[in-house]
Amino acid sequence: MSDVKTDAPADAAPEPPKKTTLSITVDGRAHEAQPGQLVIDACEDAGTYVPRFCYHHRMNPVGMCRQCLVEVEGPRGPMMVVSCMTPVAEGQVVRTETPGVKRAQEGVLEMLLANHPLDCPVCDKGGECPLQDQAFSHGPGESRYVEEKRHYEKPIPISDLVLLDRERCILCDRCTRFADEVAGDKLIHFISRGNATQVNTFPDEPFASYFSGNTVQICPVGALTATPYRFKARPWDLTQVESTCTTCAVGCRIVVQGSRDQLLRYQGVDSDPVNWGWLCDRGRFNFEAVNSDQRLGTPLVREQGELRPTGWSEALARAAQLIREAVDAGGPGSVAVLGGARGTNEDAFAWARLAHDVIGTPHVSAQLGDGMPVGLLALNRATIDEAASASTIVLLGPDLKEELPVLYLRLRDAAEKRRSRILEFTPKPGGMTRYAWKSIGYEPGTQVGAVHAALANDEIAQQLGAGNVVIVAGRANLAETSAAQVAALGELLAAVPGAKVLPALRRGNVVGAVQLGMRPGKDGMDSRAALAAAADGTVECLILVGSDPLSDVPDADLARRAMAGARRIIAVDALPSPSTALADVVLAAAAFAEKSGTTTNLEGRVTTVGQKVTARHTARPDWMIAAQLAAALGTDLGLESEADVLAAMAELNDSYAEISAAALAAAPDGVLAHVPTTLDPINPPTVAVPDRNSYDFRLVVSRKLYDAAVGTAHSPSLAHLAGGATIHIHPADLDRVGAADGDSVKVTSKRASGVFQATSDTTVLRGTAWVPFNQPGGTVGELIDATAPVTDIRIENL
Amino acid sequence: MARLTDANVVVAKEIIARFPRPKSALIPLLHLAQEQDGFLANDAMAHVAELVGVTAAEVYGTATFYEMFKFERVGRYCLNVCTGISCHLMGAWELLEHAEELLGVKAGSTTEDLLFTIEGVECIAACTEAPAVSVNHRYRYRVTPEDMDRLIDDLRHDRLGGEFPAHGVLARVRQRTPDNWAGTGAAAQQAVDAR
Ligand code: SF4
Ligand code: SF4
Ligand code: FES
Ligand code: FES
Repeated sequence: MSDVKTDAPADAAPEPPKKTTLSITVDGRAHEAQPGQLVIDACEDAGTYVPRFCYHHRMNPVGMCRQCLVEVEGPRGPMMVVSCMTPVAEGQVVRTETPGVKRAQEGVLEMLLANHPLDCPVCDKGGECPLQDQAFSHGPGESRYVEEKRHYEKPIPISDLVLLDRERCILCDRCTRFADEVAGDKLIHFISRGNATQVNTFPDEPFASYFSGNTVQICPVGALTATPYRFKARPWDLTQVESTCTTCAVGCRIVVQGSRDQLLRYQGVDSDPVNWGWLCDRGRFNFEAVNSDQRLGTPLVREQGELRPTGWSEALARAAQLIREAVDAGGPGSVAVLGGARGTNEDAFAWARLAHDVIGTPHVSAQLGDGMPVGLLALNRATIDEAASASTIVLLGPDLKEELPVLYLRLRDAAEKRRSRILEFTPKPGGMTRYAWKSIGYEPGTQVGAVHAALANDEIAQQLGAGNVVIVAGRANLAETSAAQVAALGELLAAVPGAKVLPALRRGNVVGAVQLGMRPGKDGMDSRAALAAAADGTVECLILVGSDPLSDVPDADLARRAMAGARRIIAVDALPSPSTALADVVLAAAAFAEKSGTTTNLEGRVTTVGQKVTARHTARPDWMIAAQLAAALGTDLGLESEADVLAAMAELNDSYAEISAAALAAAPDGVLAHVPTTLDPINPPTVAVPDRNSYDFRLVVSRKLYDAAVGTAHSPSLAHLAGGATIHIHPADLDRVGAADGDSVKVTSKRASGVFQATSDTTVLRGTAWVPFNQPGGTVGELIDATAPVTDIRIENL
Repeated sequence: MARLTDANVVVAKEIIARFPRPKSALIPLLHLAQEQDGFLANDAMAHVAELVGVTAAEVYGTATFYEMFKFERVGRYCLNVCTGISCHLMGAWELLEHAEELLGVKAGSTTEDLLFTIEGVECIAACTEAPAVSVNHRYRYRVTPEDMDRLIDDLRHDRLGGEFPAHGVLARVRQRTPDNWAGTGAAAQQAVDAR
């Protein structure tokens, strides 16, 4: 059509502006619809809800259930059409309430219910079930079906987390489409045909998708149920509050639901700029950790070597005393504050005030030697939407599927729908590799060269020059310092000056924490340096704000020496960890959903988190602990309520100047904080990386979605999903060391040596070896030296 | 059971090369796997999935859509009685019961001599000639109980010559594979006979 000529005379009067909408009529009312829209959505915009089962606006329509039939005026009179498959057209006349439509809707419902067990009283979905609701609103009320119904064994597990009652399934294709289109994990499928059709997996190959819980949420009947929620509550007993998942930095919008002061479920909320309604299973199901009986409910103080419960006044006095002793002995710089990324903005802000202004130490860090220099957050920041609509998305960071799962969904969608091309640089091919336009594997430490070579390639240079470029940047490997990664990023930014950067930092509120001051002050040490100083005794007092160096810091020996060297340790936490076990004072913190406030996701979007349940025993929010500790140290921070903290944040921090309760209430998708102007952008260092001896392997260590992190470890439904810490090696390399899959091998780095089980893995690059970090029983941290640019290891067959 | 044999992998690759997209070779490869084992073993389906680049669940979903694929050992003759709506109206269930009585086994099972498997199946697209029956994909139309008696008797006594090859013989898939390939043509029939 593009070459059709219009013969408008050259000097014609300027045309009136083109109408960009399509005029349609819905049940006699005029409505302007968007071009390309489906009739079902246009009707909804016009105020008429058309009943539906299979249609879901985040997935392709399939016309599977026929519940959405409406009449559209056609050349030969009214026609019955499937409104989820029919696009709007200029002048279209749609009727949704005619006797014909009513009969069709009743007919479809009668047919769907013919094979349905109608076991609503024992079905988890009852009370929030589209089938139940629409049977009432649009059904015939009677069934003519008197024959025997189908029977299946019920329920069958299709994964560790999802159960399927096949007789309830109405074959709407939502779960299967989700698995295919949205998650890219085509592990469930329609099996068989006709009356025997059912959803199922391949025998003995479960629906082990990181996103499986979404199918439970979108199933329009009770066919899919989640094991952590099944038979726990009835929907009408639940109350809910809107919130944001802070398990990782994507910041998916959720509702937190509970009953009788207990958390029962999180459901995804469709936030257009962020998660589109989807959640990962880790974020969805780790509410169990909040309910855990291991929770710290009261403060603890160490007495004669043992931690014993105590009241807040004693605990705060002890903590204040420890801080004063350290300051008296070595000045404010002998205190270091690590953490703050697991809490709210309010928590981080109050702790930053306490650390910098009250204690006066510059040694503050929200990252634990596993992140990036804070200058990353001073770069020209991209939003998720900008990344997902860029012509080129450059990945120079962690495996997004493992670390920022819903960001992976958004970017995968961009690649699959051909909006964007993904150019990936990675030391270990991962979840996004199969969707990448080009995936460039590099050996750790050589990323600068890899970027350099790529930029010299005409095709890549042309692609990068052709449109918007967003670089998703973060730490891809914990067995090397961030130096080479930063240098590679610098190289890219120099070549593509207009590129925007989306920080791929993982911890829930790490961006908020850094922006609100949980970062090194003038001459302050980052966490690696601070831990080293603790190890040699120059830092006397370590304050751990929701951080666990013994699990989180890649260099295990450094963490251990720091915890042993620090004479005074104060831990603020909601759950016990190896590090709280060594603390002198443990201050019991309120967990997620036990406090309200705000959080900042990786793009800088500030959204609310809501309180659903009362905090465990006397546990309290981190910000309140900071304020009380400040008071015990003789300073009134003037923070009495969470609202005070929010107001102070807006007043004292330029990035948050426009954030207020009113602004957030008016913007359910949140408000973008400004990129901080007080931070210096990263400074690409020059890196000297030693060559690898050809007998050695270069180590890659990165995170998996399920690991030994506290939230996962204390969620019984998730804990067992963490795999083992085996060492993955390319089969040809495995041959070279004379070992086979499953053998035990001896792994030696400059630091230490240990025995690992070997896994043959074709995705691992030749000459490298990969071990997942922080797995139950894993010891890979022993091999890592936090100061070494890379970690080379020797692998020997035992 | 087994993955595809090395010889069959060679055939499979040749078949895949005939199509613009590997995925399109799925059905022919399933026939190949069924020829090899007499039915679709899980390992073979997983192997086919690898070869054409889809998930095992997709292979399984596709395979189970078709009556011609079996998931456990079946008899030499697979007697499918259509119980789709047209055939249902024209007496399919009575016909199926009749066949069950004749052979002494229930629908879905195989006679002890491994000669017959009977099954009620979803519509086999011969609705105008209902009730329809197929034996190893060869059709019989407007079948009466008497026709059924005769058919079973003829098959039992091998009176129908080459009209009904044994279950699993791959007339179509084999058409264009060179004759000297392992398991081809006459060799395939022998392999089937040997099972
Ligand atoms: S299980 Fe639920 S979502 Fe999946 S096809 Fe059946 S009704 Fe639809
Ligand atoms: S992707 Fe991150 S924010 Fe979203 S549900 Fe998962 S853990 Fe939570
Ligand atoms: S919603 Fe339109 S056919 Fe199912
Ligand atoms: S119903 Fe039997 S062939 Fe269609």
